[in-house]
Amino acid sequence: MSYARRAWIILWKDFLVERRSKEQLNALLFFCLLLLFLFQFALGPDRERLAAALPGLLWLGFILAGLLGLGRSFLAERENDCWEGLRLSPGDKSAIYVGKLAGNCVLMAVVEIILVVLFGVFYDVDLWTPAAPLALVLAIGTVGLAAVGTLFAAMTTHVRARELLFPVLLLPVQVPVLLATVSATQALLLGQPLADVAHWLKLLVGADLVYVTIGLLTFEFVLEA
Amino acid sequence: MTITRILGWLAAIGLIAGLAAGFGYAPREAIQGNVQRIMYLHVPSVLTSYLAFGLVLIGSIAYLATRRAGWDRLAGAAGELGVLFTGLTIVTGSIWGKPTWGTWWTWDARLTSTAVLFCVYVGYLLLRSLIEDPDARGRYAAVVGVLGAVNIPIVHFSVKWWRALHQPSTILGPEPSPIDPAIGLALFVNWIAFTLLFVYFLSRRMEIARREEQM
Amino acid sequence: MIAAHDLRKIYGGTVVLDGVSLTVPAGHCLALLGPNGAGKTTLLRILATLLRPTTGTLRIDDVDALREPERVRPLLSMVAHGSHVYEDLTARENLRFWETLRGGDPAPSRLGAALTQVELDGVADERVRTFSSGMKRRLALARVLLGQARVLLLDEPFTGLDRRGRKWVNEFLLGFKARGGAAVVATHSFGGGLGVADRVCILGQGRLLLERPAADLSADELHRLYESLTDSVEDAP
Repeated sequence: MSYARRAWIILWKDFLVERRSKEQLNALLFFCLLLLFLFQFALGPDRERLAAALPGLLWLGFILAGLLGLGRSFLAERENDCWEGLRLSPGDKSAIYVGKLAGNCVLMAVVEIILVVLFGVFYDVDLWTPAAPLALVLAIGTVGLAAVGTLFAAMTTHVRARELLFPVLLLPVQVPVLLATVSATQALLLGQPLADVAHWLKLLVGADLVYVTIGLLTFEFVLEA
Repeated sequence: MTITRILGWLAAIGLIAGLAAGFGYAPREAIQGNVQRIMYLHVPSVLTSYLAFGLVLIGSIAYLATRRAGWDRLAGAAGELGVLFTGLTIVTGSIWGKPTWGTWWTWDARLTSTAVLFCVYVGYLLLRSLIEDPDARGRYAAVVGVLGAVNIPIVHFSVKWWRALHQPSTILGPEPSPIDPAIGLALFVNWIAFTLLFVYFLSRRMEIARREEQM
Repeated sequence: MIAAHDLRKIYGGTVVLDGVSLTVPAGHCLALLGPNGAGKTTLLRILATLLRPTTGTLRIDDVDALREPERVRPLLSMVAHGSHVYEDLTARENLRFWETLRGGDPAPSRLGAALTQVELDGVADERVRTFSSGMKRRLALARVLLGQARVLLLDEPFTGLDRRGRKWVNEFLLGFKARGGAAVVATHSFGGGLGVADRVCILGQGRLLLERPAADLSADELHRLYESLTDSVEDAP
């Protein structure tokens, strides 16, 4: 199963590189904390206003952190011609995409857990009761965000104005994911059962399948710098 | 190019006919008044933009499969026109909305979907403008083009359900009332005119792109 | 092993390669000389299937490399300026990564053997960030050894190396040839590589100005030819 091994080694490598140069993850987590303050100051001290806006703020936080974290997915490859090394490696290049996608999903998961905990603590909101269905929505939504984010990150790695182009490309495509996840999150936080948001979940799963499929099919074209 | 010239003339005739049909022949709409006539620009605009983005999808897939520059020129030209017509859709929708709903903008399903579409393809054009190497540009644009097009139905449904959550659909939505056949005919004529205009611009734009590449 | 015919590359109006043809049989090494901007890197990248020529054909191990690049990539290895190393990983981890990605066998014994052969076994578990450029180059060659490439493309492998380093690369090339590999070494310095080359060619402004067996020319003759050919190319309109 060479494909799985190759995807795994990409994940292993990214994990090692990240662990050795800890700055990235630490900065990202600190950024989440700053977002918390930002939202609080932007919306004012009214508890209820904050609570009403919470699902949106949560996903805004994920997306903003995601823009920073995902956009850097392939920065390590810019050094020392490693990108060309990836291109020259034989075999199905989509395995590289899978490995990177898995790594990004793990990164987003860490960011999201931190943000959820911070939100629960600082905004005094009960996020524990709906934790399980919420986790499901988060997981499905995040795959959609990471699937397109990983693909576009690869694409913009060698393009001018990378830091600007990446959000400009990613955000419009993510609108349906945002609408679905915020609506579902809102319903869940109001105590509604999972069955009520089934249509949103189906949309998200459908979108995820589409995005990942396109990523798998087109990654080799993106890799050819 | 003779065919292009013929297309140009046909488009011009079509537009004149369309204007006459929309503003002369078709009756004044009972509830909304004359401002409803802007629908003759708005609806054909959105239909043409869908045609444009459909061509972007086809050109993108074909380019990835064959790597022939002509397909990329099609995708690029169609993308530009798509943004143009989508912009026109939004503007005409806005003008229609002001007297009808009282605001320049409303988050109704179609306007929102169209605005998202606009943003996706502006990003597409931005990406194209930032890459000089024609092969890389064609490839990257194609990936975004495919993703953007395939995303359209997903956007449509998510916006529609989101809208349903927040407001019931208004009675005076910008839906064409197909009751009066005169209105239907005027709409049809304008749609044909817009399509002809689109094809004319498309072939012109592709020709310019081809000449630019040869230089 | 490598058979390139009439390669042409045009970048947005500029002709970078103007009809270059060359052949390198197995067990042979071709030295590619030329000033900066002559098109050496472009030519190497085309041979490595990293770049598509505007026109021309390329066959590697008798496979059409332009139509089926994926079939020839397992045979190829390129060591260019960057040497494909992740600075935050150790030498051993780098080798493990690239060998696994290649679909090969990253067994610790194999990795250790390759590291020993390039004399990096002492620093195998140090981060590459601490390596000199010569050491990074040796690590790249260890990757080549592991990968069992049959075609090796080296772009300026002698830059930044001292005498000992250059001697080392030459010996590596000799070994590679002896095992039946074909190598193309691009360089603009005369200090190294020419000893192991079987054929020498000079590239100037995208064209092959000279192609001779290395045995036919002494170092001085080559130097003089190089100067005069590249000067005349620069003077020409």
